[in-house]
Amino acid sequence: MPILEVSNLGHRYGDRYGCREVTFDLWPGEVLAIVGESGSGKSTLLKTISQRLNPTEGTVRYWATDGTPLDLSSQTEGEIRRLWRTEWGFVHQNSEDGLRMRVSAGGNVGEPLMANGLRHYGKIREKALEWLERVEIPSSRVDDPPTSFSGGMRQRLQIARNLVVSPRLVFMDEPTSGLDVSVQARLLDLIRSLVSDLGLAVIIVTHDLAVARMISHRTLVMKDGRVIESGLTDRVLDDPQAPYTQLLVSSILQG
Amino acid sequence: MNSAKIEYNIGYIDEQTKRMIRRVMLKAVAIPGFQVPFASREVPLPRGWGTGGVQLTASLIGKSDVLKVIDQGSDDTTNAVSIRKFFHRVSSVETTTDTTQATLIQTRHRIPETPLQEGQIMVYQVPLPEPLRFLEPRETETRQLHALNEYGLMYVKLYEDIAKYGHIAKTYDYPVIVNGRYLMAPSPTPSFDNPKLHQSPALHLYGAGREKRIYAIPPYTDVESLGFEDYPFEPQAFEEPCAICGSTGVYLDQIITDDKGGALYVCSDSDYCANKFAQLSKEGEGVSE
Amino acid sequence: MNQPVLRVSDLNKSFTMHLQSGKEISVLNGLEFEVHGGECVVLDGSSGAGKSTILKMVFGNYLATSGHIELHARGFNIDIANADPRTILAARRNVMGYVSQFLRCVPRVSALDVVAEPLIERGTEYVEATSRAAELLSRLGIPERLWSLPPATFSGGEQQRVNIARGFIVDLPLLLLDEPTASLDSKNSRVVIDLIAEKIERGTAILGIFHDPEVREIVADRLIPVEDYVALERVQ
Repeated sequence: MPILEVSNLGHRYGDRYGCREVTFDLWPGEVLAIVGESGSGKSTLLKTISQRLNPTEGTVRYWATDGTPLDLSSQTEGEIRRLWRTEWGFVHQNSEDGLRMRVSAGGNVGEPLMANGLRHYGKIREKALEWLERVEIPSSRVDDPPTSFSGGMRQRLQIARNLVVSPRLVFMDEPTSGLDVSVQARLLDLIRSLVSDLGLAVIIVTHDLAVARMISHRTLVMKDGRVIESGLTDRVLDDPQAPYTQLLVSSILQG
Repeated sequence: MNSAKIEYNIGYIDEQTKRMIRRVMLKAVAIPGFQVPFASREVPLPRGWGTGGVQLTASLIGKSDVLKVIDQGSDDTTNAVSIRKFFHRVSSVETTTDTTQATLIQTRHRIPETPLQEGQIMVYQVPLPEPLRFLEPRETETRQLHALNEYGLMYVKLYEDIAKYGHIAKTYDYPVIVNGRYLMAPSPTPSFDNPKLHQSPALHLYGAGREKRIYAIPPYTDVESLGFEDYPFEPQAFEEPCAICGSTGVYLDQIITDDKGGALYVCSDSDYCANKFAQLSKEGEGVSE
Repeated sequence: MNQPVLRVSDLNKSFTMHLQSGKEISVLNGLEFEVHGGECVVLDGSSGAGKSTILKMVFGNYLATSGHIELHARGFNIDIANADPRTILAARRNVMGYVSQFLRCVPRVSALDVVAEPLIERGTEYVEATSRAAELLSRLGIPERLWSLPPATFSGGEQQRVNIARGFIVDLPLLLLDEPTASLDSKNSRVVIDLIAEKIERGTAILGIFHDPEVREIVADRLIPVEDYVALERVQ
């Protein structure tokens, strides 16, 4: 049973389409990369799938934990927010968008637990420390705010904050861009192992084909708001069929 | 200089505005703890000095009312005296410092030590009505959080306190859940007074003039102060008795007596303290006679 | 003989070079062969003939232009040439393995864990998986002091042997070998030859490319003359 089924999805800004006619499904444990240049519509697509933007056309169906398929655009705001609290995560490109910068690391990781009704300080703190360790942040930093963290640490904190409530589906928007190459590799490795340990379904948007290769099973290539090629990630990158994909792949090799 | 004498409407504010504010108050009473927006007016007082409370009092006050005004716990601080005089002048109502005599009590901060009774109305001057504001600057978002009963964020603040200080450090404006539903700031009441709100026989009305919000706790409503299972809410407690009247279990103010760190602790509720002191003196006289 | 594990029929492969004004390079034409369980079939031909392309198509890494690549094993009866990505991933998990001479290095993971990972992914307990990994690493002459280090720091030959250990640790019905012995010394080549023989013994179907004529001579049950299927290049 899939966890997500996107069919013919489109979002229009005025009379221009941000993304259009996108169809795919995602199964538990699968990592799907959406690649393309900036302006290709990949972030719009991510926002439309995750209901941060309203679909102009098409549907997104999500299979909840109990196995019932939900048509996301007909859910109430309250229901969508419940899904964000309990079953979904979103890792932003800018950590400022995904963290409370004036709240301690422990508070940032603990907030989703409190939002879900956990009212025991000791247990919240224990869980926060456990997750800081999993994302390789020293426990001595638990009471420090993210403003005192490096870029890589902030992204790891964002991941901990997202995964602490054991979501089933995580959206990631360029989680590694803006980091040094060595920091990127470490973060990707962490994401890769957490995703496989927890059996998460992930949709990751990236302009970096190396990121797609390292952590995704399948890849969608976007251009001008449309999916122009899709398939197994290694197939798309090693034997690209569409002219634009060949261009993307060859640009990387030359770089 | 000859100036024309102005005839003020009773309570200073015009009747149409009073109607508007009364309607808002009724809505606030109907949805305990919910912040109802209102068209806050200008009153002869700077914003932030109690304009919300003044507008509520002005809309409530009638000929038969007896008004008490306190700032901190005291009837005789500048703001309390000014507001009391103001309402006496514009509505000719009787004023008092005696909690038991008052029908309307406007306060900035304290709830009187003398237990409130049915029929009494407390009016609070509120500077910051939104308890979530500190962590969530967007009004659209805080409204959503209230609407959807998502109050995890408030606990983040309490978590931060415990992480930093080992206990919940908030000693005033301590957040409460009203009637099991809405998160509310009893702004800026000391946490010492929070337990007095729970199942209080009086009506509590909160007015934020600058922020244009009115909210209420009707009589006999559940008011629960937030806390964790392992760090429950604990109101402030004072170990010493009042240096004047000897009362214990009351809220005390510190009065610095010299430059060497000497201090006295006395009741913040001046009316309560005076009554206790008078009682004490009477008893003392009784013994000596 | 019963059904082959791998049956390739009428397989064509061409590359369209869109960046070179759509030039189409036809590589293979009408390729067909079978590989049965317990035999080692070697793709034979000069370099550039398209031998690696065949392995990559079978593994689903390259897209077949037309034709069929049927897999029949462990309940799978699929055609890789037109299977969806999810089916190909399932086949890679349950039916076929691919060993090249290059190790894709995962940062910060020890050699022992790199080798044990395919077993762990398929449900073997960690202790059991790492003890099998240790056995393979020592057979391939990787000194024990290196096991706990990430192979990114190893020499090329050591990395290659780590990769072979990783590729051989799981028993799958079909094993694709892309020059696993290239640049290995004769002692280590011998170990790889033994490993192949053991797989064959257990009924694995092997499809491989071996440049070294001696190794090829020892391991090959049959040769596929790839050059017979090489398409004439044509330019559009």
